[in-house]
Amino acid sequence: MTTIPLPQISPAPHKVVTQESPWARWTLILLALSFLSLFLLLPLVAVFFEALRKGWEVYLAAITEPDALAAIRLTLTAAAIAVPLNLIFGIAAAWAIAKFEFRGKSILTSLIDLPFSVSPVVAGLIYVLIFGLQGWAGPWLREHDISIIFAVPGIVLATIFVTVPFIARELIPLMQAQGSEEEEAAIILGASGWQTLWHITLPNIKWGLLYGTILCNARAMGEFGAVSVVSGHIRGLTNTLSLHVEILYNEYNFVAAFAVASLLALLALVTLVLKTLAEAKVAQQTTRGNHS
Amino acid sequence: MSTFKQHSVLPGFNLALGFTLLYLSLVVLIPLSAAFIYSAKLTWPEFWNAVTAPRVVASYRLTFGASFAAAAVNAFFGLLVAWVLVRYPFPGKRLVDALIDLPFALPTSVAGITLTAIYAGNGWLGQYLEPLGIKVAFTPLGVFVALTFIGLPFVVRTVQPVLEDIEKELEEAAAMLGATRWQTFRYIIFPAVLPALTTGFALAFARAIGEYGSVIFIAGNIPMVSEITPLLIITKLEQYDYAGATAIAVVMLVISFILLLIINLLQWWVRHRSTKA
Amino acid sequence: MKFNLWLSAGLLTFILASSGQALADQTLLNVSYDPTRELYQEFNRAFIRYWQEKTGEKVSVRQSHGGSGKQARAVIDGVPADVVTLALAYDIDAISKQSGLVPPEWQDRLPNNSSPYVSTIVLLVRKDNPKGISDWDDLIKPGITVMTPNPKTSGGARWNYLAAWSFALKKYNGDEAKTRDFLSRLYKNAPILDSGARGSAINFIRHGMGDVLISWENEAFLALKEYGPEQFEIIIPSISILAEPPVTIVTKNADKHGTHTIAQAYLEYLYSKEGQDIAARNFYRPSDPDIARKYTHQFPEINLLTVDEVFGGWQKAQSIHFSDGGLFDKIYVNQ
Repeated sequence: MTTIPLPQISPAPHKVVTQESPWARWTLILLALSFLSLFLLLPLVAVFFEALRKGWEVYLAAITEPDALAAIRLTLTAAAIAVPLNLIFGIAAAWAIAKFEFRGKSILTSLIDLPFSVSPVVAGLIYVLIFGLQGWAGPWLREHDISIIFAVPGIVLATIFVTVPFIARELIPLMQAQGSEEEEAAIILGASGWQTLWHITLPNIKWGLLYGTILCNARAMGEFGAVSVVSGHIRGLTNTLSLHVEILYNEYNFVAAFAVASLLALLALVTLVLKTLAEAKVAQQTTRGNHS
Repeated sequence: MSTFKQHSVLPGFNLALGFTLLYLSLVVLIPLSAAFIYSAKLTWPEFWNAVTAPRVVASYRLTFGASFAAAAVNAFFGLLVAWVLVRYPFPGKRLVDALIDLPFALPTSVAGITLTAIYAGNGWLGQYLEPLGIKVAFTPLGVFVALTFIGLPFVVRTVQPVLEDIEKELEEAAAMLGATRWQTFRYIIFPAVLPALTTGFALAFARAIGEYGSVIFIAGNIPMVSEITPLLIITKLEQYDYAGATAIAVVMLVISFILLLIINLLQWWVRHRSTKA
Repeated sequence: MKFNLWLSAGLLTFILASSGQALADQTLLNVSYDPTRELYQEFNRAFIRYWQEKTGEKVSVRQSHGGSGKQARAVIDGVPADVVTLALAYDIDAISKQSGLVPPEWQDRLPNNSSPYVSTIVLLVRKDNPKGISDWDDLIKPGITVMTPNPKTSGGARWNYLAAWSFALKKYNGDEAKTRDFLSRLYKNAPILDSGARGSAINFIRHGMGDVLISWENEAFLALKEYGPEQFEIIIPSISILAEPPVTIVTKNADKHGTHTIAQAYLEYLYSKEGQDIAARNFYRPSDPDIARKYTHQFPEINLLTVDEVFGGWQKAQSIHFSDGGLFDKIYVNQ
């Protein structure tokens, strides 16, 4: 039996039922892009524009001046300590939470998230309450010549506090998605725990680890509120880059403030690029984990 | 102890959990408890007066109001941006996608001075807005703008994966059954992304409430008008009022705990939804 | 692996931290308030030179700046300041009272109430004075926007408030109710109270907010220097207050660091001819009569009243006007 061609069906262009009409599509795209340009692109352009307002020479002078260099050094130091510590913490926490079932697990997961929702100012304040001269440990520390707040350790502590969740939060879902069959096989075949971690788990999560580390590092280098409370703003000593931005800004030195700010913005851009690369790899790893 | 943990062949549980708990206690829990213990120095009426003084209440109103408005705007535009990024091809899409996380990676003090440079009366946009009678910098509107900026990635990033996972078949079926595109969105897509959208909203809201760096530059910090709660804590400290500062900090901490609880419930809801589907 | 990480993190810190140290025999930390940045930059260079010539010792001076109250708070909480150079005596009293790091009679340790230089409060307006402001009276006129920081947190703002109060009290022949009303109307015209003097100045100068900035005299001069007289004008009010920013050694810190001698020399050098000249160059009124004569052209004659005359001292001024529930709170909330 042959089908009778139905003349009333027009040979109009194939209409995709799950697509909006082009004008709706472009309106939405345009709306989204204008929102993003207003809120994301404009500030980004403004940082660099203001930084270079008086030319390259002023720009370079601003970021190579001794106080700025000291601020860069301190920022790198704080991140160099905070990020590895949080890395170890992240791996340990993810191992415990993703590989084992135990009571109170969800509470632990929430506690790890806690620093994320605590105001940075409160984070700074609590360290003042503990280590400040009027605080609990202050008098004892002073007697023993140990400085915590208004010195590098305080800045590192505040940085660690605000960046605690980043790596753990990234690793836990990834390791949960991958399951633990590979590790179990390795243990049954006689590998030690460290060997399993080193040869099985870490290679499996390396991109997620990198992703978390990048975010953790960006936040560590840029933290302002918490560090501002415990810094004491001693130039050349306890002044981080993001605090230095504020100081320059308060000195009528707007070009220099934006120059230093542009360094941080550049760092943010590098972070975004690395993050995008890592993200693609994480997606690959997650799917591979699911199939294995 | 056997009921505490299910059996597993994997080693290292005690070490990993022990280290996690130790680290978390040292860095987060013990310091946070300091705020509660310190505020216990106040009697209850003193505490109550400190946290309900008119200026403090005005700062809550601003902090929560602006955070809520910013999170709501982010929920709307975040959904729109996520939708556009997931569904439509357009030139420069990957670039835009990468840029979404900028507020997350950009230090808050940088965001603060930049937004001020843009929205001040003689700034990039401010000079055009001011003649229209719209003052952004140094008003509550400025606080809102800063909070919108910093909360922007959260909704996009929570909604995006859910949108990607929605099965086309459902939408096709809806279209077959005669639903318009709007009806499909309203009855199929929106309910599916709602848990993620709410989570994103809550995350943006939580982040905004505690925000300090980007706000103080643009807020003008006028008592009773554009003074946020975290700034008030700093102000109290500068007036040597440690107990008052700590009391307000405790209020903020309790709110953080509650928000965190809600976010966790929401995330459970998201997972529950996706497994059911 | 964990130990290696710890070790390398520790090592890295050590290297990074140690490379940041200047090679100096002694280091002083001067914790100061907002507008003195430029002054102490210049003064520190001069003092380092002077000290090396005198003793052969290399000294380095570190600076910290911020709102006066904020800085005092930081010292109370343990910033290891050897000397403090703040905006008003009350803040050093607070250090003394709250932490005991400074003895209560600190103000008698150096000449002139421990204030090597003084300043006053003036009005800064935009070029050609478009709103025609000539004295404090004009600030309460409707339609004028006044920029001044928050007296609760800013030392400079307290001087501003007290200067306006002194003027009004004189104008109304000591009628306190009218004076309060005057202040109330003034603050009604001040919609933005920044937390520090610098914040206020930046809003006025950079962001073009407000018609008049109540400002430290030295800040106003600095604004003219940075932005040129083609943008701003200084208006000298008929009456203002003698602002005495005090300096002192944080005794217990200096003793602990073994820097007492050098800290003493540092502060005394502020009173020397060279120190006074640097202060005057940075627009602080010198106390040395010779240097003061040299700069008479720079500092206009103003009828200056002191806090002791008008308010009976800082402690009293603070508790009546600026404490919680004090006069300022009433004035500001009753708007």
